[in-house]
Amino acid sequence: MRFVDEYRDPDLANALIQQIRSVATRRWTVMEVCGGQTHSLLRHGIDEALSDCVELIHGPGCPVCVTPAEAIDFAIGLSLEPGVLVASFGDMLRVPGSNRSLLSARADGGSVRIVYSPLDAVEIARQNVDRQVVFFAVGFETTAPSTALAVLQADRLGLENFSVLTAHVRVLPAMHAILRDPHCRVQGFLAAGHVCTVMGFRQYEELATAFRVPIVVTGFEPVDLLAGLLETVRQLEAGECRVVNGYHRAVEDEGNAQARGIVDRVYSVADAAWRGLGVIPGGGLVLRPQWSRFDAFQRFPLNRVMMSAPQPECRSGDVLTGRIRPSECPEFGVRCRPESPLGAPMVSSEGACAAYYRYRHTEPRAQS
Amino acid sequence: MCLGVPGKVVRWIDRDPLFARAEIEFGAVRRVCHMACVLEAEVDEYVIVHAGIAIARIRADEAQRLLSELSAIAQDGSDDLAGDDSHEIR
Ligand code: SF4
Repeated sequence: MRFVDEYRDPDLANALIQQIRSVATRRWTVMEVCGGQTHSLLRHGIDEALSDCVELIHGPGCPVCVTPAEAIDFAIGLSLEPGVLVASFGDMLRVPGSNRSLLSARADGGSVRIVYSPLDAVEIARQNVDRQVVFFAVGFETTAPSTALAVLQADRLGLENFSVLTAHVRVLPAMHAILRDPHCRVQGFLAAGHVCTVMGFRQYEELATAFRVPIVVTGFEPVDLLAGLLETVRQLEAGECRVVNGYHRAVEDEGNAQARGIVDRVYSVADAAWRGLGVIPGGGLVLRPQWSRFDAFQRFPLNRVMMSAPQPECRSGDVLTGRIRPSECPEFGVRCRPESPLGAPMVSSEGACAAYYRYRHTEPRAQS
Repeated sequence: MCLGVPGKVVRWIDRDPLFARAEIEFGAVRRVCHMACVLEAEVDEYVIVHAGIAIARIRADEAQRLLSELSAIAQDGSDDLAGDDSHEIR
């Protein structure tokens, strides 16, 4: 496929690996922010090919993984209400809340539908005026435009049976939180290319300067990732900390003004609870007051008490901040597996634990 | 989650700013996608589609420039490659 296959060229990729290894005089620690990048790095064996000169640690960029259990519990509660239908992305359905997932709620008669796009949920609402359709909105700045557009469309269509349960999160504050951690080992970042298609990359300049880290915007194919790593390692070797756009074909300096404009009309920035990471200042989005009639939290005054304590053994907070590797979690591959996940990072197609299980796991770890 | 797939704009269906839609070709598959964030995209141009909406236009000239630059790097480094295939990527 065009704009995909060219960036999977093995000769080019291997040449870039050699370049990185020849530039590096020591082993550097680099975090890729986005879960899609994590999967690509592991799938193509880039982490192993560079293991002597780059330690890749995996960032918080799995929105499903950081969605608070309370929001999932609320969605489950809604799905079991008469006349309510909850729609969300497929990944969201398997993630456990406090004690169960939307999928298990569906098995118990809950009304839950997988959609490819929030705009599909608008269409479902249009065709089912006798039901309340709630879109469970998760995702970073990449996804927020589609939810915001859904709200604007529902408004224009005069739909009174559509609402949004918003759990959108923002990448920049999370990177900030990681760098502020006194135990942070990150020396450079590969920034998430698709977030930057919407937001641009100027937003990172302050961060790069304040914490003296190079930040390189990259795409998701092996050649994109390797070119990003080469730039990062070059900067680290030279003692530089610049923001560089390595994903020029899709990312403009200021991002996509049309997309940002749509998000700004509907959402404003707010503090948000991230699962495993706690409350991150400015870490999420909330509907602006003029759209509160589309806010599922307001429309359905369900009891929002947690159903039970979250799984204490899940180390997702440590995984999402790069403090441990998934395989260092004692439950990895033992009690926690994709078919019986203890935590969200084992469920989501972008979760780091799922990536390790898929590409790096052979036998259950020996008990020591 | 932030997965975005490049596809070619085949045909505009609706150019209303809120309900803009176009038919997009992804390899052998065609799908109708929302275009409110790329209202200026033209037929035959490529866009990146995420969660049913196009979020960016792809600049073919920049794509080509990166590949040319990287190929030059690959040429430079080709001596280093001789005899070492222990770090092949998949
Ligand atoms: S392996 Fe399972 S229990 Fe451990 S951090 Fe990952 S999701 Fe949580």
